[in-house]
Amino acid sequence: MLIKQAPDIRSSEITPERLYWNRRQFIRTASGAALGAAGATVLGQPDGGLQAAPQEDLGELRPSQFSTDERLNSYEEITSYNNFYEFGLDKEDPKRYADELTVEPWSVRVEGHMNRPDADYTLEDILSPHTLEERIYRLRCVEAWSMVVPWVGFPLRNLIRRFEPTSRANYVRFETLYRPSEFRGQRARNLQYPYVEGLRMDEAMNPLTILAVGIYGKTLLNQNGAPIRLVVPWKYGFKSIKSIVRIQFVEDQPRNTWNVAIPHEYGFYANVNPEVDHPRWSQAMERRIGNFFRQRTQMFNGYGYRVARMYEGMDLARNY
Amino acid sequence: MPRVKPLVFVACLVPALLLGWDAFTGGLGVNPIEDITHRTGDWALRLLLVTLAVTPLRRLAGWHALVRFRRMFGLFAFFYAVLHFSTYLVFDHFFDLLLIIDDVAERKYVTAGFVGFVLMIPLAVTSTQGWIRRLGKRWATLHRLVYASAVAGVVHFLWLVKIDIGEPLIYAAILTVLLGARVAYRYRGQGGAMRAGAAGPARSAAR
Repeated sequence: MLIKQAPDIRSSEITPERLYWNRRQFIRTASGAALGAAGATVLGQPDGGLQAAPQEDLGELRPSQFSTDERLNSYEEITSYNNFYEFGLDKEDPKRYADELTVEPWSVRVEGHMNRPDADYTLEDILSPHTLEERIYRLRCVEAWSMVVPWVGFPLRNLIRRFEPTSRANYVRFETLYRPSEFRGQRARNLQYPYVEGLRMDEAMNPLTILAVGIYGKTLLNQNGAPIRLVVPWKYGFKSIKSIVRIQFVEDQPRNTWNVAIPHEYGFYANVNPEVDHPRWSQAMERRIGNFFRQRTQMFNGYGYRVARMYEGMDLARNY
Repeated sequence: MPRVKPLVFVACLVPALLLGWDAFTGGLGVNPIEDITHRTGDWALRLLLVTLAVTPLRRLAGWHALVRFRRMFGLFAFFYAVLHFSTYLVFDHFFDLLLIIDDVAERKYVTAGFVGFVLMIPLAVTSTQGWIRRLGKRWATLHRLVYASAVAGVVHFLWLVKIDIGEPLIYAAILTVLLGARVAYRYRGQGGAMRAGAAGPARSAAR
């Protein structure tokens, strides 16, 4: 029942965070690209096991006007308290079983109503044209807890434009990897797999919506949805689908996994809304991980200034 | 045998001690309040089931000595339920009575948990020798409330999970067996000496 962590693991996990801040400081003060590259190499050493490609992009991380300046959750909190049912139902399961998943090689199939032909793309194909930036977002889970996460990624809209969706592409549909041999949750069939999520095209094109490949300036760990995942900060966390292998431009609204599982509790939109409760619990408050007491939940998780317009005239209690 | 009771007492206290230790050493995990809530809730329910297992075990296995611990099990179940409810009171709602009333009234799973907890209060209060004597035969009747409390506790668990009903279903199954055993016993018409042990205070509990 009791999961104890050895203290030495704990202290080593604090290091990346400190390195991270050092690195930020470094980037701010460094003047030359050569210096930046040298710095990345030196500071990259403690994480020797990480893949090279995304780390090369670290030096180019741009800050974002959309980032919040709230207190960040620690790297340990973000990587050890996860909902990723493919790894199991407990919050600790994704970290515990993360090693069972191999994410190299990785490819993403892009298909549907677009001017480009349907095709499989390697992760490098997907990422190479894009400039990575840092987006510090609030993450609000439908279970009424929240975090502040420094994601690394790029706007989904930039990727969508590359593939030139046609006028019939009303929605974007995403799928997580289906590999029961590595995902114990898929073997246990705790949900209907593969995990599916979707966004309306205007939601997908919103500048806040990103595809993330990293956290704290490092590539994503498997428990956080490596190697590439969606982040939609004004929606409950389950919309931000992890470990994406398929992106489809479709005409009809996709049925997302949680909506299929319990239709009257989880809708397609899943916008963070303190006034529309989950049928079994209140959404008015949330517990920010790291705080003892709860705080008020904000409409659209505080991102209404960029997203509220998309839902004008919609009954948000019906379109939960 | 006189040495056993303190041992059982300490055993029942172990989950609370572990909780205290983890709280002190930072071993509670990333969401400590959730951890405390789950662990105290788990143990309240487990000990409630242990309490309810005493009578069937006496009848089936003839472990009559167990009855000496039944009150202790029940009081420890209440102890963990108090911790569980206090966590909710302090950390979830910070004594905001209006919010709590709203929560209890509107959330089915909170209603169930609250009912289960409130039903335990009179049982804990009347668990003393004095109350057993004072209430006489009515004591046994009153203490049948424990069945309702356990059912409410299991329903509380079932209603709060997202889709992972596996664990609450285990509790539900155990409770069904424990209550079913009582029903079966009653309908077999085996009254007499054993029946006094069904719900009434056991003589040995009076020492």
